[in-house]
Amino acid sequence: MSNVFDILVVDDEQVIIDSVVKIAKLEEVTIDSALNVPAALEKLETNKYNLIFSDIMMPEMDGFQFLQEISARKITTPVIITTGYSTLDNTVKALYYGAVGFIPKPFSFDELSSIIKRGLRYSGLLKKMEEDSSTLFFIPCPPKYRRLGFSSWMSENFDSTALIGTTDILLKLIESVDKLELMNVDDNLKQGNECAKIYAEDGLVHTMYSSISGRIIEVNEKILTNPKLIEKDPYFEGWIYRVLPSDLENEKSQLISCSSD
Amino acid sequence: MFQKIAFKLILVVSITSILIIGIYSYFNIKSQSEVLLSEVERHANQLSETVKNSTRYDMLLNQRERIQEIVNTIGKDKAISSVRIMNKEGIIIYSSNENDIGELLDKNAESCYVCHAKDQPIERLEIKERTRIFKPFPDSARVMGIINPIYNEKSCWESECHAHPEDATVLGVLDVTFQLDKVDAQIEENKLREFLFALISITSIALVIGFFVKRWLDKPIKNLLRATDEIAIGNFNYTIEKTRNDELGKLSQAFNKMTKKLEDMKQQIFQSDKMASLGQLAAGVAHEINNPLTGVLTYSSFLLKRTKDNPEMQEDLNVIVRETMRSREIIKGLLDFARQSVPKKNKTDIHEVIDRANKVVTNQLKIKQIKLTTNYGEKIPQIVADANQIQQVILNLLLNAIDAIERKDGQINITTSEINLSPKGITHIKEAVCNKNHNLLDADHKLEGNPSIRLKVKANGTEGFINLDPIYGRHKHYFGLSLNKKSTIDLKCPQCNISLIDKVKTCPECGGPIYRIPIPKMGFLEGCATFTDDWQSWEAVDRGGDKRFVEIKISDNGCGIPPENMNKIFDPFFSTKGQKGNGLGLSVIWGIIDNHDGTITLKSELNAGTTFIIRLPEQ
Repeated sequence: MSNVFDILVVDDEQVIIDSVVKIAKLEEVTIDSALNVPAALEKLETNKYNLIFSDIMMPEMDGFQFLQEISARKITTPVIITTGYSTLDNTVKALYYGAVGFIPKPFSFDELSSIIKRGLRYSGLLKKMEEDSSTLFFIPCPPKYRRLGFSSWMSENFDSTALIGTTDILLKLIESVDKLELMNVDDNLKQGNECAKIYAEDGLVHTMYSSISGRIIEVNEKILTNPKLIEKDPYFEGWIYRVLPSDLENEKSQLISCSSD
Repeated sequence: MFQKIAFKLILVVSITSILIIGIYSYFNIKSQSEVLLSEVERHANQLSETVKNSTRYDMLLNQRERIQEIVNTIGKDKAISSVRIMNKEGIIIYSSNENDIGELLDKNAESCYVCHAKDQPIERLEIKERTRIFKPFPDSARVMGIINPIYNEKSCWESECHAHPEDATVLGVLDVTFQLDKVDAQIEENKLREFLFALISITSIALVIGFFVKRWLDKPIKNLLRATDEIAIGNFNYTIEKTRNDELGKLSQAFNKMTKKLEDMKQQIFQSDKMASLGQLAAGVAHEINNPLTGVLTYSSFLLKRTKDNPEMQEDLNVIVRETMRSREIIKGLLDFARQSVPKKNKTDIHEVIDRANKVVTNQLKIKQIKLTTNYGEKIPQIVADANQIQQVILNLLLNAIDAIERKDGQINITTSEINLSPKGITHIKEAVCNKNHNLLDADHKLEGNPSIRLKVKANGTEGFINLDPIYGRHKHYFGLSLNKKSTIDLKCPQCNISLIDKVKTCPECGGPIYRIPIPKMGFLEGCATFTDDWQSWEAVDRGGDKRFVEIKISDNGCGIPPENMNKIFDPFFSTKGQKGNGLGLSVIWGIIDNHDGTITLKSELNAGTTFIIRLPEQ
């Protein structure tokens, strides 16, 4: 008989599993764990999980291979990727391969519970969509846009600048935006670097990763005064940064085209 | 030996001199012989004429014994081989050699053929034609014969003896032959002398050339060869002693320069290798440390949630969480170092940063009994900076200061103040291009740690390079060629040769030409192109007026830095701590301050102490 767990933690370090278990207990979510990818895949065949929380660097198979295997087996369970080797490359790659979230190690209690909650909400959203395919639960980003996972989108302008914003799906998972912490004009962005913190009304803090590299030339003042605007119109009025891209052509290949959504 | 340049050179020069001296000697001997022979000829002619005149009277009187006597007497002279008088028929009538008398000479005989070579005998002869040189016998010495025709005259046919008819033109021939052995000996001697002279000159030329070739070519080439061998085995410190100013001297200099560059490049490759492996190490360490750190952070933040009713414990746990967060930032910095990322700048209270750094070293200060005093200026505004990076800078400088102090009454003092600085002398030119957008910055030639601006310069027909000081208004330029005050100068882009001279404006101080270098997004840098004065202008920067800086001075009374190390201390991997240090500290510090558009300088006196001065712009 198959068991149902909220989260499957996959990490070769027991202390990470223990940490997640500790936090999960406080949040009243059920946890199962595996020390490597093959064991996790085995468990995925027998048990049901709402969310997978996986490391990248593991013996036998790494987190990216795990992500590819999951999509190959048509497992719809969302995955959150974590790593102690949190380079920008790893962040971008994880989101490109379909991870619903990325969190660098070491993480604090709040950071972990934020991302787990987001993951579980996404899982719930997927279930609702399965049951009721006629309702639109979130607005997909417009074609011609490109996105870095669900974290952020970018759209090119004719004047060779680009706009960066966050996706509606992330905002739906955050539920209710309270406050934004943004970077400043003239700051440099790197693809995969943290570029904004979104404070939700439930007290959780969510991190947005930049979809492209470049220099910020304008910050949308309207969303600073009225953070709700990004929830109302995340793809047009609710843009966050206007950027002078530095390596657009290369970086585009790391982004998912929205026309495929 | 035959392959040597010296040998080849001597061979070529010798052959040339043999040719020249040989040709010269040939013509010289020839003309000498000619002079000698013509002298003999003149002498012979005179003598022949004398004989003819002295026998004339006796001939008219037909006194044959007297004539024979005269002929005999003259014939006794050693220089004269024979004296003969032939009649018209060719019969020898008188001769110094008695045996010849009465002999009939053939028309082809030496004395006859000159006139009798043609069918009709010649009656008049030029003096030149009268003489001939021949050998009477094949093995005898040469002789010169001179024939003197005896012409008919009135007194001859009117004489009593009536020996000659009136219609005859030539009555006979006087033939005198001279010995040429002495003349020939003289010629031989001349030839020998010429030959000896030629031999001596060629030998001495060869010796002189050999000597100088050895001195000017052989030795320096040998030195160069030895140097290349040394370089080949990896000894880049080998330098050739500079002795002369000729081409080889210049070659040696160029060689030394090349060696130095090679040495620098080797060092750079070595350093980048070191950097790369260090980066890998940093990344590996980061990964390894992050896992246990996750345990610490999650458990401590978990405890923090659970002990909300225990304020004392909360305080301690907060320290753990805060410090773990800091460790996280440090490791992130390590990873950032591995991929050289940009600082995260925020409004920062510099005193807070310094205090945090001080706390870290409290223990070390206590152990070494060093007194740390702070002297903070009042109302120092917050600056835009990466607090963690600046803290790292202060911490590193403090640790260096602690290491430098060995005495009992060690002291470290940190002073802060706010200063106004003119942009001149402090603004770092970080980008410079030509009008065609070619980068002018030369990372290979740094001036006090910063890449210089490299320009091609053409002055008075010679070309060279100038490396402009990248600090606006500081003028510590490097001149690759000497410029005099009156030079007509052209400054060009080293890549595309486009001129950087402003055709319209002139230097307000000396009236000479000025250069105008585009600085991307920052207008133009202008300056006196003849470098006779220090006029420089950068409107985009000057317009901003004086800049406000926060100055942090960290001084210690430690061992100081020896003057020879002062230039090197900001170089990566320069370390005086041996195995203890990794040589990264000050170069990373320099990089951080530079990233903040600030400057770091130092003053140091051996055994008295060192002061580091950091200036960070307020904006």
